Amino acid sequence: MLQQLFFGYYAFIIIGLSLLVVTRKNPGHSVMWMLLLFFHIAGLYLFLNAEFIAAIQVIVYAGAILVLFLFVVLLLNLREEIALRQTVGSWPVAFFMCAILFVAVTAALGAYVQGPVGGYSIDVIQNETHAKALGKLLYTEYLFPFEIASLILLVAVVGAVVLAKRKLRS
Amino acid sequence: MVPLHWYLTLSAAVFMIGMFGFLTRRNIIIMFMSLELMLNAVNISLVSFSHYLQDMRGHILVFFVITVAAAEAAIGLAIIITLFRNKQTAHVDEMNEMKG
Repeated sequence: MLQQLFFGYYAFIIIGLSLLVVTRKNPGHSVMWMLLLFFHIAGLYLFLNAEFIAAIQVIVYAGAILVLFLFVVLLLNLREEIALRQTVGSWPVAFFMCAILFVAVTAALGAYVQGPVGGYSIDVIQNETHAKALGKLLYTEYLFPFEIASLILLVAVVGAVVLAKRKLRS
Repeated sequence: MVPLHWYLTLSAAVFMIGMFGFLTRRNIIIMFMSLELMLNAVNISLVSFSHYLQDMRGHILVFFVITVAAAEAAIGLAIIITLFRNKQTAHVDEMNEMKG
């Protein structure tokens, strides 16, 4: 009962905050609501026994990505933008389409059949700790994707510098 | 015990809200934030599947999704800054140079 109550609180707050994020006029306010949203999603991850993912969510999303967003919002002078019309004229069509897709996805959930469970039960993760279990898997079985991820980050660093630079010296 | 389809419904709802924001808002920064919202919705469903199937692979995927999201945010925001420097606006209706 308590678990359902907890989940209900998180689900309610997450949906309300995501609605706030997409409807606010001022992007600065949206970023602040999104910060709160990411903390709630991290709480949901803790609820699912994924403490390392929750920590990454707070550190990378709330700590790094949102600060980057906040910097850009503060750097750009959006005062005249906010006075303009914020949405496309045909937003009811988009709302209708999203609602239909949501109904279709939730209707399809009824057909879900759970497959065989893997070897990482809660007891195993508790004995080994989540970060250790994740690290073992990441550095053995998923080493190649891990290296590709590091390459993606390198490309992002170089690309961001090249793009944001005022003029390339030739 | 919370059933799995509650989590999946929550994930679908957040994804649809993000998609709605991406389709309707005309401010490029908020469109970008809607994109992050959609990525987060997928992360919720991956972590819940991982928990209910007692497998770690969902967590690994979430790890990579967060990496790609960070890279994408850095590149995208650099593009936004460059666009703003050239056009003095973040309104996507003003950006139609590539229309041909």
